[in-house]
Amino acid sequence: MTELAANDPLPKPKRDLAPILLPVALALAMIPLVGSPSTWLTLTAASLAMGMMIFIMASGLTLVFGLMDVLNFGHGAFIAVGAYVATLVLAPFAASMQADSLWMNLAVLAPAALLSMAVSGALGLVVERVLILPVYGQHLKQILMTTGGLIVAEQTLYALWGPQIIPMPLPTSLRGSFILGDVAIAKYRVLAMLIGLAVFIAIQLVLNRTKLGLLIRAGVENREMVEALGYRIRRLFLGVFMTGSALAGLGGVMWALYREQVHASMSDDLTVLIFIVVIIGGLGSIGGCFIGAILVAMVANYGGFLVPKLALVSNILLMVAILMWRPRGLYAVTSR
Amino acid sequence: MTDLLKLSGVHTHIGRYHILQGIDLAVPQGQTTMLLGRNGAGKTTTLRTIMGLWQASSGEISLAGERIESRATPDIARLGVGYVPESMAVFSDLTVKENLVLAARDGPLDDTQLDWIFGFFPALRRFWLSRAGSLSGGQKQMLSIARAIVEPRKLLLIDEPTKGLAPAIVMALIECLKEIKRKGATILLVEQNFFAARELGDNVLVMDNGTIVHRGEMAALAADVPLQERLLGLSLEAHQ
Repeated sequence: MTELAANDPLPKPKRDLAPILLPVALALAMIPLVGSPSTWLTLTAASLAMGMMIFIMASGLTLVFGLMDVLNFGHGAFIAVGAYVATLVLAPFAASMQADSLWMNLAVLAPAALLSMAVSGALGLVVERVLILPVYGQHLKQILMTTGGLIVAEQTLYALWGPQIIPMPLPTSLRGSFILGDVAIAKYRVLAMLIGLAVFIAIQLVLNRTKLGLLIRAGVENREMVEALGYRIRRLFLGVFMTGSALAGLGGVMWALYREQVHASMSDDLTVLIFIVVIIGGLGSIGGCFIGAILVAMVANYGGFLVPKLALVSNILLMVAILMWRPRGLYAVTSR
Repeated sequence: MTDLLKLSGVHTHIGRYHILQGIDLAVPQGQTTMLLGRNGAGKTTTLRTIMGLWQASSGEISLAGERIESRATPDIARLGVGYVPESMAVFSDLTVKENLVLAARDGPLDDTQLDWIFGFFPALRRFWLSRAGSLSGGQKQMLSIARAIVEPRKLLLIDEPTKGLAPAIVMALIECLKEIKRKGATILLVEQNFFAARELGDNVLVMDNGTIVHRGEMAALAADVPLQERLLGLSLEAHQ
């Protein structure tokens, strides 16, 4: 290595851009296959919106995996609980939801989403203390405990709300689409993209610009050394777990509005997608999770359009391809 | 000379293995105590037990008169113990700067201290904004030691800092540790490199099968080739 003089500029960190370019390349490669530019744009917008919602739900789980080494198979419970709490808040304000005013709609939606996050976060506190704390470091028991927790949560929701599907209509101002020429992009998808992007930027700012973020990133990589530096990582675990649960609750509200319905097992299919995103992104990597979520959504949307018969296995194939390319995910953070 | 660290009858079990089998040792204030021994003797386990990373099954550990054997690792670190593990354990996803910011637990980085560290390890200044994962093995070791001394510590526990490093880097590390020592630090240093041990140690403890089998002055052991061969299966000549 050549010596640098004392006044030479310090080297800039190199960025690994290949994973970032992957969704761009995939989207561009789909143009000729899809054929119609307007269909391609609609599918791409749908992919980005779906990807953002999956990212919001998966971001907490990837940090929980990476930082705490906890296999939380019950993450879906926070999604469903978040959605159900939103139905409780929104029900008395149905008139405001149907008003043709964006501000009136948001004045009801925003508190509903915040309350859902608060309840899911509080549930996360209980789950971490009661179910996770006794089984730290024991993966098999974690799977059993969290899966059991998920079943209990689902059955509780069934008991309280019944087995029927509860409608959760979009507010009036978020119905319909923005029309750009012959391209129609649903308004709610644009909102989902904006919220997802805001969550991603907020998490990145916390992780990269604050000491708390440094601690989380360091803890994902080597918990023991963080403790040896004098930081109580168990408190950090709890904070991350609660934040992850709250984000899952927010994702649950957004997904319920996207599908315009809520039911107790609504997270079952999502959980598979979320785990795929966490694995292909690299355990503990928020950047990887973000790109992974977009890739999963793209494969689901483009794949569903081009080869509907492959829709069920397309994300598994994506995971296999990514792991063959990068066995520890797009951005490997932990050594686990 | 008062003893900063004392272990009395410390036993440590890892799973069903009985690793430390009644360790008694003392580390005098302001001195460097070498902990030598063959692979598997229990040296790393001793450091990890002091640090609370593995819990002692029985026995007493005291730091400046305060019992620490049942304290959690962060609490022991907050008493002023710096730890440099054998694996270096730098946070490879963080930059050199971020590694040191994290190590400076009590506030912002002290510029004077940083300049002092950069004097020994100029590579850390050069790669200040580079990811620690992209550093060479020697540079990671420098960062690992820098992290332990970025703030004043009462006691430094350092595990095989010269392991696997090029001779030039070993010499730089020895000079750095000598300077840390001159500033009055108390160090418990595990080392396989007998040359480094001779250069740095005031006292020496030799371990075998989880117990201390020899204690004395480092200079005396360095001068006694038959004793070196009996205790360590080697002689200083082999390392020169």
